[in-house]
Amino acid sequence: MSALLAVLRYGRPVAPRLLLAVLAGVGAAACAIGLAATSAWLISRAAEQPPMFALMLSVTAVRAFGIGRGVLRYAERLAAHDAALRVLAELRASVYARLARLAPAGLAELRSGDLLARLIGDVDGLADLWLRVLLPGLAAGIAAAGAVVLIGGLLPVAAAVLAGSVLVTAFVGPLAAAAVASQSERSLSPARGAMADIAIETLRGAPELLALGALPQALASLEVTGRVLADAERRSAQGAGVGTLVAGLAAGAAVWISLLTAIAAVHAGTLTGVALAVIVLTPIAVHEIVAPLAPAARLLPGLASSAGRLQDILRRPDPVCEPASPARIPPGAVGLRVRSLCVRYPGACADALGPLNLDLVAGGRLVVSGVSGAGKSTLAAACLRFLNPSSGTLALVDGEGATHELAALAGDDVRRVMGLCEQDPHIFDATLADNLRIAMPDARAEDLEQALDAAGLLSWVQSLPAGLATAVGEHGARLSGGQRQRLALARALLANVRILILDEPTEHLDERAAHAFVADLDRIAGLRAVLVLTHRPELFPVGSWPRGPSITLPHSGL
Amino acid sequence: MNTHRRLLATAHTATTALGAAVALGVATALLAVVQASLLAHAIASTFLGGAVTASLAGTLAVLAVVLAARALVAWAAEVVAQRVSSTVKADLRLRVLTAAASRGPALAAERSTAGVALLTTRGLDALDAYFGRYLPQVALAAIVPVTVVCCLVLVDGVAALTVALTVPLIPVFMVLIGRMSVARRNRRWAMLGRLATRFSDTVAGLPTLRAYGRADAQVAILGRVTDAYRSATLETLRVAFLSAMTLELLATISVALIAVGIGLRLATGNLALETGLFALILAPEAYLPLRRLGAEFHASEEGLAAARDAFAVLDARVATTPNGGVSIPALLAGIAVEGLSVEQSGRLIVAPADVSLVVRPGEVVALTGPSGAGKSTLLAAILGFTTPTAGRVWALSADGGRVDITTLDQGAWRACVGWVPQTPYLFPGTIAENVRLGAPAAGAADVADCLERVGLIEPDANPDRVLGEAGRGLSSGQRRRVGVARGLLRRAPILLLDEPTAGLDEAAEAQVLAAIRTEANRGAAVLLVTHRPSAIAGADRTVAVRWSATTTPPEGGQQ
Repeated sequence: MSALLAVLRYGRPVAPRLLLAVLAGVGAAACAIGLAATSAWLISRAAEQPPMFALMLSVTAVRAFGIGRGVLRYAERLAAHDAALRVLAELRASVYARLARLAPAGLAELRSGDLLARLIGDVDGLADLWLRVLLPGLAAGIAAAGAVVLIGGLLPVAAAVLAGSVLVTAFVGPLAAAAVASQSERSLSPARGAMADIAIETLRGAPELLALGALPQALASLEVTGRVLADAERRSAQGAGVGTLVAGLAAGAAVWISLLTAIAAVHAGTLTGVALAVIVLTPIAVHEIVAPLAPAARLLPGLASSAGRLQDILRRPDPVCEPASPARIPPGAVGLRVRSLCVRYPGACADALGPLNLDLVAGGRLVVSGVSGAGKSTLAAACLRFLNPSSGTLALVDGEGATHELAALAGDDVRRVMGLCEQDPHIFDATLADNLRIAMPDARAEDLEQALDAAGLLSWVQSLPAGLATAVGEHGARLSGGQRQRLALARALLANVRILILDEPTEHLDERAAHAFVADLDRIAGLRAVLVLTHRPELFPVGSWPRGPSITLPHSGL
Repeated sequence: MNTHRRLLATAHTATTALGAAVALGVATALLAVVQASLLAHAIASTFLGGAVTASLAGTLAVLAVVLAARALVAWAAEVVAQRVSSTVKADLRLRVLTAAASRGPALAAERSTAGVALLTTRGLDALDAYFGRYLPQVALAAIVPVTVVCCLVLVDGVAALTVALTVPLIPVFMVLIGRMSVARRNRRWAMLGRLATRFSDTVAGLPTLRAYGRADAQVAILGRVTDAYRSATLETLRVAFLSAMTLELLATISVALIAVGIGLRLATGNLALETGLFALILAPEAYLPLRRLGAEFHASEEGLAAARDAFAVLDARVATTPNGGVSIPALLAGIAVEGLSVEQSGRLIVAPADVSLVVRPGEVVALTGPSGAGKSTLLAAILGFTTPTAGRVWALSADGGRVDITTLDQGAWRACVGWVPQTPYLFPGTIAENVRLGAPAAGAADVADCLERVGLIEPDANPDRVLGEAGRGLSSGQRRRVGVARGLLRRAPILLLDEPTAGLDEAAEAQVLAAIRTEANRGAAVLLVTHRPSAIAGADRTVAVRWSATTTPPEGGQQ
């Protein structure tokens, strides 16, 4: 519940809109109650056959209430939805911004299916907190309080009965429902998560499952997971109606007890006969308005766990400590100096890399080789400040030979100086140009073409009917592995960095292309310093790679 | 309407739900009538007749029972509907996932896997509202107003006429306005799907975005997308709520008119108070289910849209190749590819273009060619994942015969083929479970043997080591070798490998190549996509694959 309260603060920026929604809601509810009360009075009074003018005011009131309800209800719904969607946008942006600080090292253990469920499901689901719980609850509560005051003027006992029954509907019903629901949510929530995970795994691995003939087994376990979920849902169905049941019984009791006390009061002469129908019929209208609160309250435990999961993301500690007052990045060409560097992933029990020493001079070239698993990609992550070293230092070396430790620099600044072309680069579901412009948002078409040319992709792009505007599909599905790699290289070249880290740059190139690329790399890289991480150091011999010393990582056995 | 009917036909339990909803609707309607007459009698006889509590004891007792019964009926309706919804969802979910997964690689090219996964979880949950609230309300809306009009006719013709004239107007208006909002509603759902894809893509690419300092800029972009989503949703709602307003207006104004009418007739002495009260209490009951239906109609819209989307996935299930059902040659002796070309949709290129090759048992044939030439597509065509634009793939038999693979039983054909894709997908679970994927019956010793043959030895690759999502915990070279081990364990007569040694150091590569050679010596026909010189050198023959910009076949082929 504390997580829910924490989520409420996202409503603050749209407070006026929320207030408007509550006011319109109170108006609509008041019209409904007013219609019931005035028409009951009108009929009772009319039965006494008074002169017609004595009825005119109530006739007008009945008609006004009849029209007002629909109009106010429309206004309430629009205002509430507008406000709720705005709150969600705020929340979604905050969650994303937090994820952006945590990725990649701080999110390692989250499965992508679950992460997706968190982002979309939890944020969208919280709309119900406003639309179905808070706003209607407030409106119904205020209107019901008004009705209690009105009845109180006529017959205090009946008012107490009405107030009691409304409180039971609004609190006892939901509490009973919530107790049942939180019990079922405990079994439902893991079942739902398991379902989301297995669904996304099966779909992602479908080609192999199909080719290996393993799809039937996968579908069988999918069915089992689905059945577990369905069983959990069915078990929670009995609880589903508890709130409705309590609300129904409370409404019935209110009408019945009101009638009983009112009959006695008429006899005792403490209540006029005209008011009798008002006392009995008003509770029906009031309960019609508070009844939807019971099913709404059933949402609370689910909303609380959604809010809790979001809070978990929002409060997760940074995987990398940023300096409080970052030092300035040195101007001009820089080199890289690494001393006794050891790196360990959060939660791991052994170092993935190190200890390592290396020196890359400004504008220089350096090859770091090692077998798969030796920690090459870990080195790249540490250089980009995605991971903290567990010991040792990384530092930039400026033209005067002064060192600037990365730990004292802001991560974003470091990444403006050092760029990485990853081994398995992420290609976005967008056009070729969009994918390139991630590195340089204001790049002109010529810049893009130049980068593509350097990466050896230009002639292919030009042969495409849509050229740079070609959409590449989810994860670059419409590109071959080699094309994805080259696109990522072009992207890395486009970013105006001073040190370029290439993680297995020749990976998806054929032999001739790999040699041509290595021969060309010196020209492509120009004045940038280049750090190549490869398991094939023989491709970078001293002859074709003018200033290229080489360091070999020992097999650390990640 | 079609979607409604199809949804109700989804599970036989849905029919039960409909039956239960009707029964509970009839009960609700009768209880409402009895409640109104009891209340009217008690009020009128106290007010005008001066009846005392004792004389009304019978009325009050029956009233208490009726009020309690109404609460119980409402509860029962909800429980039944919720149970039905769970069954229908489980059924639809499994069918959609089966259909989607059966399409293999074709799925990712057309729809986002994240989108389909969202549909089968949160999307289908929207059906709860459809079955739990909308369907019972439809039954009430059909039964209660008719019952109310019938009862009112007996006591007050004017009130009956008012209700009878206004109630039918409500569905008419709802249908009219509903029609208007259908297109917008579909657009909204499509937009939610796009938002899901966008989020999933952005979150998956966060490391890349951060490396380029663009992660924060995405906040603004996502903000814009979310904003567009909000305005589109509001636009839909503005119209959708209009139908709700019409309904509310008609319902409340009618009740007001009835109340005023009764009041005036009472004042002139043309009506008895008890009759007037009965009509006044009963009339709103006629509109209540329709009003609730209006609210539930919009609550169930997402569920209906999700159902439509689910049916679209089900309907799109077309086998990528016709499933002929011809049996596999008894003595399978390799494959032959003849003049095979595949036109890449959306790229206007043919890749591969006119490739021909033969692989016999015991042979290792290397497929080479520049990136994008269609090497992986060729393997997909052999597996039956892709339908070639031209050319054929033959399964050869030892007696010299050959069978077009498109006429074969697809499952049986794939059982003869071992396939190691470029990026093997590793499932969460142990390494052994992943290796055993294509050969569930294989023993622990066989698994360990295959892992050892590709150079994965303990402690790095302990078969019982548990992997995270998509093989997290292993380097990409190790992941690839687990994939190779998986392919080897199948012991299939035909083995297709897509860059199995990419990302491996020389020692590991030599091990993998030796393992592949052993498979060939065992009698497998091996087709190997590779860029690596040592892999090419180790092959018996090399076939160059190329792409062409047109459908005219380029020169070249077997070297």
